[in-house]
Amino acid sequence: MKTLRQFLDKNKPKFEKGGKFEKFGSTFDAFETFLFVPNKVTFKGSHIRDSIDMKRTMSVVIIALIPALLFGMWNVGYQYHMSVGEQSTLFGNFWFGLLKTLPLIVVSYVSGLAVEFIFAQYRGHEVNEGFLVSGILIPMIVPVTTPLWMVAVATIFAVVIGKEAFGGTGMNIFNPALLTRAFLFFAYPAQMSGDKVWVYGLNEGNKVVDGFSGATPLGNAGIEMFDKIPPMMDMFIGTIPGSIGETSKIAILIGAAILLFTGIGSWRIMLATVLGAVGITLLFNAVAANEYMKIDPLTHLMMGGFLFGAVFMATDPVTAAQTNRGKWIYGILIGIMAILIRVLNPAYPEGMMLAILLMNTFAPLIDHYVIQANISKRLKRTKLVVNK
Amino acid sequence: MSNNMKKEREALFSAKNIKLLKNPVNLDNPITVQVLGICSALAVTVQLKPAIVMALSVTIVTAFSNLIISLLRDTIPSRIRIIVQLVVVATLVIIVDQVLKAYVYDVSKKLSVFVGLIITNCILMGRLEAFAMGNKPWPSFLDGIGNGLGYGAILIAVGFIRELFGSGKLYGYDVIPKAAFEAGYVNNGMMILPPMALIIIGVIIWLQRSKNRELIDKS
Repeated sequence: MKTLRQFLDKNKPKFEKGGKFEKFGSTFDAFETFLFVPNKVTFKGSHIRDSIDMKRTMSVVIIALIPALLFGMWNVGYQYHMSVGEQSTLFGNFWFGLLKTLPLIVVSYVSGLAVEFIFAQYRGHEVNEGFLVSGILIPMIVPVTTPLWMVAVATIFAVVIGKEAFGGTGMNIFNPALLTRAFLFFAYPAQMSGDKVWVYGLNEGNKVVDGFSGATPLGNAGIEMFDKIPPMMDMFIGTIPGSIGETSKIAILIGAAILLFTGIGSWRIMLATVLGAVGITLLFNAVAANEYMKIDPLTHLMMGGFLFGAVFMATDPVTAAQTNRGKWIYGILIGIMAILIRVLNPAYPEGMMLAILLMNTFAPLIDHYVIQANISKRLKRTKLVVNK
Repeated sequence: MSNNMKKEREALFSAKNIKLLKNPVNLDNPITVQVLGICSALAVTVQLKPAIVMALSVTIVTAFSNLIISLLRDTIPSRIRIIVQLVVVATLVIIVDQVLKAYVYDVSKKLSVFVGLIITNCILMGRLEAFAMGNKPWPSFLDGIGNGLGYGAILIAVGFIRELFGSGKLYGYDVIPKAAFEAGYVNNGMMILPPMALIIIGVIIWLQRSKNRELIDKS
C-alpha cells in the first residue's frame, strides 16, 4: 500500500498543470481517487463535508450487487447443465457461469469507461465514477447469450446519448444501465427475448433434455401458460432461467439490506415501488377479467426483474425523484406501470425496464410540483400572519 | 442614368447571394438550427431513396413558391397573404405529386401523405413569410434552393445512417457483406423506428453546435 502511495506521489507532478502529461491529468486523477480516498479539504468558509465521497458510495452499491452476481454466475452453469441433462458440482456450475459472464462484464466496463475517459480528456473534467455501477449492472440485466459486440454497441450508445449528451454523471435523466438494456431490447429483439436466449447453449441449438424449457416465468405468463410458472420457492431462491442478476430474490434482498443499512438506497422508493405493484395487482385480482389478472401479488413480485429493478434501478440517486414526497409518488407509479405493462401489453413480457425509464422522465416534474406545493403552502401561512 | 443602373444591378452570384444559398445548409439550417420541418424528417428517412426524393421535392417547391410569391409580393393584400401563399404552394405540391406518381410510383407510395403535407411544411411558410414577401425574385429563388438543400442535407444524412444500420442497404442495394451476417452481425431494429431519427438529428445538432459555438443559445 505504502509503495503504491509513494509511486503515485512521485508521479503526481507530471500530471499536474505544467507537467509532462498534463493532458492525461483526469486519467491520473481517476486512478488515484479510485485507489485512495482523496485528501482534498476546503480552505475557505464553513462547509460540511461527508467523509464518504461518490466513489465510496458507488463501491457500496457494487458490494450490494455481489450476492446477486455470484448467484447469477452459479445459475448460468446450473441452468446449462440442467438443459443438457448433466450433473455438476456447486463449483463446476459456478466456474461455467463465471467463464460465460466475465466477458460480458469486461466488455461492458471497457466500452463504457473508454467513452467516459475520452469525454473526460476532451472536456478536461475529472473522470466520472458513475460508470462503476452501470458497468456491473449492464451484464446483470441482459441474457447470458447476448453477443458481446451488441453489449459494446449498446453501452457506448447509452453512455454517449444517455449521459454525456446531458453533461455526464449526475446530469443524466435516464439510468444508463437501463438505457443500454432498452437499446438492446428495441434494436435486437431476437437476441433479447423469447425462450432461447436465457440459458447458455439454447440459442446455438444445443440438444436439450425432454421437457426442459428455457422460458422465463414471465415468458410463460405472457403466452398464458400459467401452469408452467415455476414453484414459488424456485423463483425465490432463483433456480430459474432469466437475466444473470435478476433470478435470485434472496440475493437481491441481501443487497437491499446492505443498501438500506448504509443509507445509500432510499427505503421510500423501494417500499413505494412494491406497494404500487401490490396495489395494482390487487385491483386486477378484483377485476379478474382474464387469467393473467388473477395472478397474486407475491407471484408478481417474484417473477422477472421486478425486485432487481426496485432495489437497484429505481433507487438510482441521480435519475430518481429527490424530494421525500416525490419519492413516494415516483415509486408507486413505477410499481403500477410495471405491472400494467406486464398484464395488459402482451408484446412486452416485462414492464419494469420501461416503467423505470418512463418515470425517470417524470422525476424532475414530480419534484417540481412537490416543491411548488410546499412553497405555496408556506406562502399561505405567511399571508395569514400579515392579514392579522 | 445608365451609370446608376449599373451600380444598382447586382451580379447574379454576388457574395450576398451566395450566402443565401450557403447559410441554410450549415449555420442557418432549417432543421438543426431553426428546428422546422421535423415531422417529415422523422417519417421519410427510413431509407435513402425516399429521403432523396423528398429532399428534391421540397427544394423545388420552396424555390418556385418563393419565386412566385416574390413576384406577386407587391400585389398581394396583406390580409389574405397566407391564403394566397397556400394556393401557390398547393399548386406546386400537386404538380410535384403528379410527377412523382408518373415517374417513380414506388417511391411516391412510400412517401404517401408526406408529399401532400409539404403544403403545411413549416420551412415553406417560414421562408415565404420571412423572405419572399420582402425580397426580390432572384434572391428569393436562391433562398428557396438554399433552404431546400439545407433540409435535404439533413434528410439524406439521417436516411443514410438509418438505412445502412437499420436494413444493411444503401439506396436499396445490399452493402453490408453476407460474411458479416454469417459472423453474427445483426441489423439494428431501432434504426427503423422513428425515435432513432430524432436521436440522430439530436446528435447532428450536438455536433454542429459544439463546432459552431455561436449557435448555442445563451440561457
